[in-house]
Amino acid sequence: MTTTADTVTIPSASISSTEGPWRRAWRQFLRQRSAIIGMIMIGLLAFTAIFAPLIAPFDPVQVLLGKEEGIKKRTGPCVHLLGCPAEQPEHILGVDGNFRDLFSRIIYGARLSLLIGFVTVAISLTIGTLLGSFAGYIGGWLDNLIMRMLDVLLAFPFLLLAIAIVSVLGPGLMNAMLGIAIVSVPAYARVIRASVLSAREEDYVLAARALGVAPVNILFGHIMPNAISPLIVQATLGIGTAILDVAALSFLGLGAQPPTPEWGSMLSAERNQVFTAPHLVFIPGLAIMLTVLGFNLLGDGLRDALDPRLKR
Amino acid sequence: MYHMLQYTIKRILVAIPVLFGVLAVTFFLVRLIPGDPCTAQLGEKATELVCAKFNADKGLDKPIIVQFGVYLRDVFGGDFGTSIRLARPVTQLIAERLPTTVELGVLALLVAMVVGVPLGIIAALRRNSAIDVVTMVGSNVGVSMPIFWLGLMLAYIFALVLKDTPFQLPPSGRLSSGITSVPFYELWGWAPDLKSGTGQLLQFFGNLYFFNSLITFQWEVFGDALRHMILPALALGTIPMAIIARMTRSAMLEVLGRDYVRTARAKGLSDIAVTMRHAFRNALMPVITIVGLQLGTIFGGAVLTETIFNLAGVGRILFDAITTRDYPIIQGFTLAIALGYVVVNLLVDLSYGLLDPRIRY
Repeated sequence: MTTTADTVTIPSASISSTEGPWRRAWRQFLRQRSAIIGMIMIGLLAFTAIFAPLIAPFDPVQVLLGKEEGIKKRTGPCVHLLGCPAEQPEHILGVDGNFRDLFSRIIYGARLSLLIGFVTVAISLTIGTLLGSFAGYIGGWLDNLIMRMLDVLLAFPFLLLAIAIVSVLGPGLMNAMLGIAIVSVPAYARVIRASVLSAREEDYVLAARALGVAPVNILFGHIMPNAISPLIVQATLGIGTAILDVAALSFLGLGAQPPTPEWGSMLSAERNQVFTAPHLVFIPGLAIMLTVLGFNLLGDGLRDALDPRLKR
Repeated sequence: MYHMLQYTIKRILVAIPVLFGVLAVTFFLVRLIPGDPCTAQLGEKATELVCAKFNADKGLDKPIIVQFGVYLRDVFGGDFGTSIRLARPVTQLIAERLPTTVELGVLALLVAMVVGVPLGIIAALRRNSAIDVVTMVGSNVGVSMPIFWLGLMLAYIFALVLKDTPFQLPPSGRLSSGITSVPFYELWGWAPDLKSGTGQLLQFFGNLYFFNSLITFQWEVFGDALRHMILPALALGTIPMAIIARMTRSAMLEVLGRDYVRTARAKGLSDIAVTMRHAFRNALMPVITIVGLQLGTIFGGAVLTETIFNLAGVGRILFDAITTRDYPIIQGFTLAIALGYVVVNLLVDLSYGLLDPRIRY
């Protein structure tokens, strides 16, 4: 409510070319092969998520027993063009233990996966940014208080703490996301605090203070725009981690509950069938891995593009 | 050497208040969170009357501060309380469960270092070569893999696909049925009181199957225990391995550009001597630091790995204790983990001094 457009355009220190910093970052970004691959992967994922109803041949939660002739539990992938017998119904990735089409569930899972990644990171980013920026900008006892509290969070093993939080809130996808978000707050708070601390003493902040700009406006209008690039990198890498961790909670039965087409819980439901129907475990896990890989590649590329120290 | 000892003692003294803090924080946090052990464990049977008796039995009806006092007194006497759900002493459970996780974690870190460090070095020496690209892509894939998925896939490949080949590996448990590990104290004819503190310490070491079978020459047990631990250790070690490989590579790249490496080369030293004696020793510091930081990943991942491979370890018992509000178990095992952190970090800091003679304590 306080940020205005004119405060964001204050140029950052020492730009040699006439090109803007974001344009330059974009050019750097396009030079990274891994970043391009990551962007394509995420693009495909987003496409799948948006057009899920058009791509998926079946309703992801519909039990097909009695609806389709010859359907059997946990059959492998069957494509008629590739020599699958015609009397067996066609399911590109096979059928799961509840007579549901795995391909449709994977496709709809892309939606949930993206949602999980973005919402989880959005929550921890918001809390982390508020805590970290106040701690860094105001300093003193508030800084000490906030950072020591976050240290306590960091002292416990990440996943165990998340399990504790979710077991308090009760199992469920939203609570699992909340649990992972809370546990991830210290990482964001530390990144933003470090950036704010270094930006606080810059000349343009002193100038703004001398002009009598309100502290809140200095923080969000002057300091934050200059401290934001490490946060973007952290958030991108964080999306991958969040997806991985929420899937782990779902695997332990604390996250998404059946019949939700969430990859982690799909894998968990069939994990005892790994010797008889390995595709039911292999495919959802592969989907998780490719998604996380996409965000990790993108995050690495962004870091190389946004961090001027690494400029080649 | 003398200074190192002095430093170690100082570090241990500093660790005491930290451990006390962990103890206090855990104690109050588990009681602050909503939900009580009675309803968590008895479910619908938990009426007010039943719970009153339940709480009185376990001493949960007293004021929290009194409970804390009682707990502290007991802990200093070596008594970590009794599990509410399993009705067994927590120290006993630690002596049974912790060795599994210690062996799993150590083996996983070992796998991660033995594979990750050489890969990182080679990737740095042959920068932009095929092996470098493969290592970097592999490490990206490695950190993106869900542990539970990797574990299940390894179990599928090594227990089913490679069945009846020499590479077949068991997918669950610590030992095959029919093989028992005889604890060293029994084999050597000691008859300790297993309920005493010393007895439980002996049991802890006896339950470290690798250690126990090595010192008592039970080679069959050692081989069997190792075969059971390979898959879990691979699953748990992959993420640290990927991170270590990447870290080693970037540390080596940085060091290889330094003047002293160029000097070493210029005076005609062999490639191996330059790499190992001049470059690697200096690149090892950040790598060691990362190893220390991976401990949290190991403990968190242990929950998943132990679930998949049916290992009765710390991760599994903590998971069950958290969901059933088994306070004494949560407290006791958290303290044990915190102690593990302190010990590993101390070892990491001490190793800096061994690696770099400039560092004095």
